[in-house]
Amino acid sequence: MKRVTTVLAAALAATVGVANAADTVTVVSWGGAYTKSQIEAYHKPWIARTGNFIVSEDYNGGLAEIKAQVEAGNVKWDVVDVELSDAIRGCDEGLLEEFDISTFPAGTDGTAAADDFLEGTVYDCAVANIVWSTIYAYDSTKLSNAPSTIADFFDVEKFPGKRGIRKNPKANLEMALMADGVPAGEVYDVLETEEGVERAFAKLDSIKDSVVWWEAGAQPPQLLADGEVVMTTAYNGRIFNAVASEKKPFEIVWDGQVWDLDLFVIPKGAPNKEAAMDFVKFSTGTEPLAAQASWISYGPVRKSSSSLVGSFHDQPDLKMDVHMPTAPNNMKNALQNNFEFWADNQDQLNEQFNAWLAQ
Amino acid sequence: MAQTAAGAIDDKLLKKRLDKALFRNRSRAFFLVVPLLLFLLVAFVGPIVYFLTRAFIDDTFSSLMPETTAILADWDSTTEPTEEMYAVLVADMVVARENKTIGKVATRVNRDKPGTRSLFTSTARKAAKLEAPFKESLIGVKKKWGDIEVWQAMKTASAKYTLGYYAAALDLKKNSDGSFERQDEKRRIHITLLTRTLKISFLVTIFCLALGYPIAYLLATLPAKTSNLLLILVLLPFWTSILVRTTAWIAMLQSQGVVNDLLVYFGITNDDSRFSLIYNQLGTLIAMTHILLPFMVLPLYSVMKGIPPSYVRAAKSLGATNWTAFWRVYAPQTVPGIGAGAILVFIVAIGYYITPALVGGQDGTMISNTIDDHMRKSLNWNLAAALGGVLMVVVMTLYWIYDRVVGIDNMKLG
Repeated sequence: MKRVTTVLAAALAATVGVANAADTVTVVSWGGAYTKSQIEAYHKPWIARTGNFIVSEDYNGGLAEIKAQVEAGNVKWDVVDVELSDAIRGCDEGLLEEFDISTFPAGTDGTAAADDFLEGTVYDCAVANIVWSTIYAYDSTKLSNAPSTIADFFDVEKFPGKRGIRKNPKANLEMALMADGVPAGEVYDVLETEEGVERAFAKLDSIKDSVVWWEAGAQPPQLLADGEVVMTTAYNGRIFNAVASEKKPFEIVWDGQVWDLDLFVIPKGAPNKEAAMDFVKFSTGTEPLAAQASWISYGPVRKSSSSLVGSFHDQPDLKMDVHMPTAPNNMKNALQNNFEFWADNQDQLNEQFNAWLAQ
Repeated sequence: MAQTAAGAIDDKLLKKRLDKALFRNRSRAFFLVVPLLLFLLVAFVGPIVYFLTRAFIDDTFSSLMPETTAILADWDSTTEPTEEMYAVLVADMVVARENKTIGKVATRVNRDKPGTRSLFTSTARKAAKLEAPFKESLIGVKKKWGDIEVWQAMKTASAKYTLGYYAAALDLKKNSDGSFERQDEKRRIHITLLTRTLKISFLVTIFCLALGYPIAYLLATLPAKTSNLLLILVLLPFWTSILVRTTAWIAMLQSQGVVNDLLVYFGITNDDSRFSLIYNQLGTLIAMTHILLPFMVLPLYSVMKGIPPSYVRAAKSLGATNWTAFWRVYAPQTVPGIGAGAILVFIVAIGYYITPALVGGQDGTMISNTIDDHMRKSLNWNLAAALGGVLMVVVMTLYWIYDRVVGIDNMKLG
């Protein structure tokens, strides 16, 4: 699927008269409401500023495409929005261009970029743009008493009904352990041990018969809306948009959320490296990051952006700050996804997870 | 004499000219198929062969850590690693870190010993600053470097030619002494998936035959006007995207879907205990049977169309009952169509992946979904190639058995 914002760009370029010098940058992201937020907050202002074109493409995550393009020496993508574990892995394998954070613009309050970004959001080959989170949500019209903790999600006696869960061990094992009483701070220490993994699988096993598995981020809101499940894990932004734009009666439970980053990377040998670099620097600036947050409830990674976060783009009454994964109220019992743990154990746990599914 | 000689010359000349003409024709025909042949070689045979070799050739470690590979070759996998080995390892790591290839090395070793990925990447960051004695300083950075299993994993990874991936595809694991044993029970997955894939494909073939045979019979025996209309009904879904048809089945079969709504409406089940018709094996079977049905109907139809109706009439006039006439006279003549349809459906089914991925849930996904996973997510292309190789061998074996039992010459596509 290609959404081409070039028409707009062409019109602009024609009026400014710079049509000749324009580059066409291919920006790849996850589609849906998320890409929409990036087009509104990053692409359009950048196109207006530089007169370049952007071709926006969707993908489903993973490094496979980047790896294939780089190894074949035929790179088509200029900027890709990736998950942290893929950013680290891609960098280690030499698939990505490096960034120099000192060349990034300072925050609007004058703080240098290196200090303005939240800790752990800037890497050799990747710069984060948002904080997103795996949470669980329920349909408030279907449940008479509201669940409030992560343990409730795994309690089919108190809250009978089907559960939607992503068909992947990531975030599920962590949530299972937190539901089993492991404090967020100790989750990965427990998961490092074989007994810890057993314990997580045993917890998942207790609801296995009630699970509907999902794979794409667009599925959970649909499963909830269809009444296919009473609760489901989901990406917080997807649920927020179903509530804000489609007026769905969904509620998010933040207890036990597993938060993560999305980062911009540039594949090694990108055809428009200079323009791509400029795009990343512009997009991760204070204002575009804050603007992005008024289209979807993913938190900006710059400290200077948080005070600028306003309301939902077409609903001035809907303040965005309380819907961010990073809002203090939502962070009470939260866990950051540990990319190093997953980079080490992903293959083994995937196998074990699939074997467990097949039992 | 002279005449015969002249005749012989004529004969020779004629033969030569005939040969020439035949050669011209043959080469013309050949040149006409050259583009297709080249296309097949470049776009089909070449990539497949190259990819299959990836299943047993893996030079990631040996090419990126050459000195370590050389020294590991002389190591017997049981004695304590020497200081020299540690020193060589550090030297290789410094180079790999500079070339940004340490991630590849780490990923490779991690496959044989999970948990070693960060060991390599984090140690490599400090490698340039390490000083002799390297054994002590490495263990100082991470205790795990003293673990002999890490060295055994490196030795396994350093082999350029390996059966490890095929072993993994068959749920075996390679011990450091080179012998194979079965994978831990909780990690055995591929054999289960392979048997499930065969089972689903077989059932889908049976269902397609059971549903497709009467349809094809009807199409072949009705007057042309009606049968053409019905044929369009068979072809329309055939021309519709698989994705659309699969999604349509989700709308039909989900627990709040059309089928369940009807069952509740007619009181066959009640609202709280709706049937799980999708996101499981049943869903995969239903959706795949529907999608593959035309592959069965079309060959059957074309074979049935060619059976003269007079045979059955003759059988009946000789006193056969309707059943005997059908079973003894008509059905045997449709065997080539059944053969063609069955093998088409089965072979297409065995590699199916979009439909099981969407509606398979936890017990309805197939081996191709795992291959896809290794291609796109874990990036273990070697294992994906080995799984593909196993699948290919299974299909070829079944094809061979089929040829022995039914006979491939008996197949008729139209």
